[in-house]
Amino acid sequence: MEQVSTPSRIASGSAVVRIPDTASLPVIETEAALRTLLASLSGVDAVGAAARAAKLATRSLKQSTKRDALDLAISMVDLTTLEGADTPGRVRSLCAKAWRPDPGDPTTPSAAAVCVYPDLVATAREALTGSDVAVASVATAFPSGRASLAVKLADVAEAVAAGADEVDMVIDRGAFLSGRLGQVFDEIVAVREACGSAHLKVILETGELVTLDAVRRASWLAMAAGADFIKTSTGKVAVSATPPVALVMLEAARDFAEATGRVVGVKLAGGIRSAKEALRYLVIVNETAGALWLSPRYFRFGASSLLNDLLAQRTKQRRGVYVRPELFSGD
Amino acid sequence: MSERLGVRKTYKLVLNGAFPRSESGRSYEVLDAAGALLANAAQASRKDLRDAVRAARAAQPGWWGASAYNRGQVLYRVAEMAEARREELVDQVVAAEGVERVHATATVERAIDRIVWFAGWTDKIAQVYGGTNPVAGPYFNFSIPSPSGVVGVVAPAEDSLLGLVETVMAPICAGNAVVVLASETRPIPAVLLGEMAATSDLPAGVLNVLTGRLAELAPVLADHEDVDGLDLAGAGEMRADLAARGAGSIKRVLADDPRDPDAAALRRIRAFLETTTVWHTIGQ
Repeated sequence: MEQVSTPSRIASGSAVVRIPDTASLPVIETEAALRTLLASLSGVDAVGAAARAAKLATRSLKQSTKRDALDLAISMVDLTTLEGADTPGRVRSLCAKAWRPDPGDPTTPSAAAVCVYPDLVATAREALTGSDVAVASVATAFPSGRASLAVKLADVAEAVAAGADEVDMVIDRGAFLSGRLGQVFDEIVAVREACGSAHLKVILETGELVTLDAVRRASWLAMAAGADFIKTSTGKVAVSATPPVALVMLEAARDFAEATGRVVGVKLAGGIRSAKEALRYLVIVNETAGALWLSPRYFRFGASSLLNDLLAQRTKQRRGVYVRPELFSGD
Repeated sequence: MSERLGVRKTYKLVLNGAFPRSESGRSYEVLDAAGALLANAAQASRKDLRDAVRAARAAQPGWWGASAYNRGQVLYRVAEMAEARREELVDQVVAAEGVERVHATATVERAIDRIVWFAGWTDKIAQVYGGTNPVAGPYFNFSIPSPSGVVGVVAPAEDSLLGLVETVMAPICAGNAVVVLASETRPIPAVLLGEMAATSDLPAGVLNVLTGRLAELAPVLADHEDVDGLDLAGAGEMRADLAARGAGSIKRVLADDPRDPDAAALRRIRAFLETTTVWHTIGQ
C-alpha cells in the first residue's frame, strides 16, 4: 500500500487494518449475487454505534495535536456551493478561497476541492489552474437522483468534459428503499464508466435511508459497484452526516478494504459547521478505519461554513487570542 | 410535622438566555462577608467566555434594531422584575457585603431606580449625541450615534449590585450587547440580574453573565478581537494590563469609577457609542 503522510500524533493508536495486496473483489454479475453479498452483512447495533460515537466524541485533542488536526481538516474540505443562485463570480471567489484559505498565512494548507454544479465546472477549472485543488461536480440529477439513466449519464459526461476531477453522484433512494438493488448497482456502474479517469463519489443520502442497517448495505453496494468514495448526504435534506452514520460508513470502508484490497474513501457532508465537530469526526476516522484514511485522499468534509471555523481555530491556536469571524471572507 | 428539606440554589452562568453550568464543570465557593460558605457558583472557562461573546455578537444587531422606545420598555421591565425580587436582592447584599439591612435596602432601591433611569435614556441618546451639522453646501449632514457592538465588562468587585447595574446597563441602554465578568468574590447579584433580564423580554444573548476567576477570564476577554469595548471598572491592579491588551484590537476602553454622579453615568453611555455621519442632498 502507498504511504500517506499523516500527523503522527493524531495517528498514534490508530485502528489496525490489514489490507491484502491482491484484490479479491467478488464479481457481481447478477442481482442475486448482489443480494447474497448484502445479506451476508451483519446488522448494525444502532444503540451501540451511537454509544461508541458518543464516547469517541469525548476525546480531546490538545496543543500540537490539535494544530495538526486542524490543518489536516482544512486540507480535507471540499468547499461547496450548491445554490440555485450560484454565479461564476461566486464560484471564482470560492476557488480563490479554497486555494489560499487564509491569505494572511501562507502556511495554511489548501482545501481538497471545490464542489459545484456541472455548469460551473469550467469556471472553477479555469480559476484553479496551477493549484492542487481538485474540481468536484455534483451530477446525476442532484439532489434527488430522480431522472432517467440517460439524463444522469449526460449530466456526468458534461461535468467530466468541462474538467471535473471528481463526480459526486446521488443514488436513487426510491429504488434502493423499494428493493430494486440491481437498478441502483447498474446505475453506479454506468456512471463509473462515464466518469473515465474522474473519481466517483457516491452519495447515499443517509438521512433518507432511515436505518443504520440500510446505510451499511448501501455503502457496500456502492463500493462493490466501483465507487471511489462513499458520501453521506447532499446537504439538501433535514438529516445529514451524524457521528453514528460516519462510524458505520467508516466500518464499511475498512471491512471492504480488508476483504477486497481496494481502499474506498468516505466523505461527510451537510451540517458540519464547527471545528470541534470536524475534529471529533477525525477521531472517529482514526479509531474506526485507521490512519490510512486520515488523508484528503480517503476522507473529506463537504462543507462551506466549516472552513471559516477551522481557520478561526487555527488562528486562535497560533496567536493565542480569539479572532473576529470577519477576519475570514464569507462565501 | 417534619422539617422541610432546604431547597438550595445553584448559581449558574447566564449565557445566551439560558442558565448553564460552566462547560468545564468547575465551580467555586462564594463566601459571605463573615467568611462562611454562602453558595457555590459556576467557575466559567475560556470556552464559556468565547461562547458568551459569540452569543452577544449574534444578539446585538437585533437589540439595536429594535426601536429605541421598545428598548426603553424592555429595560423598564427589568426594573419591574427587580422590584418584584427586591427582598431577595436585599438578602444577598446583606450577606455579601455585610451591611445593615437598612443600608442594603437603600442600595437595592437605588439600583432599581438606576435601571429605570437607563430605561428612560434609550430614546434620548440620539438627541443628545446626534444632530444636524452645519455644512457649506446644498446638503443635510447628520451625525447619528450607534452602539460599538459587543462590550466586555469587568464588574466592580466591592459594589456588587449598584456598580454592576451602572456598568452593565449603560452599554445595554446604548444598544450594545454585554458580556460581564461578575465580581469574583460577590457574584450572586450579577447572576440574579441576569435572571431578571432573562424574564423581561431582553433578547437572549444581550446580557451574558460569567462568574469565575478574574485572573483567568479577564485577559481572554480583553484579547478577544470580536469584543468592541471594555469597561474595566472592577479590574483593580489588572487594569493597565487589560487596557493594553484591549489596545491590541483597538477596543474602546473605559476605566473609571462607576460610583460617580449622573454625569459620569452619561459618560458610561457615551463611552460605547460610535458616530455615523451621513450626507444627504437637499431638495432631491
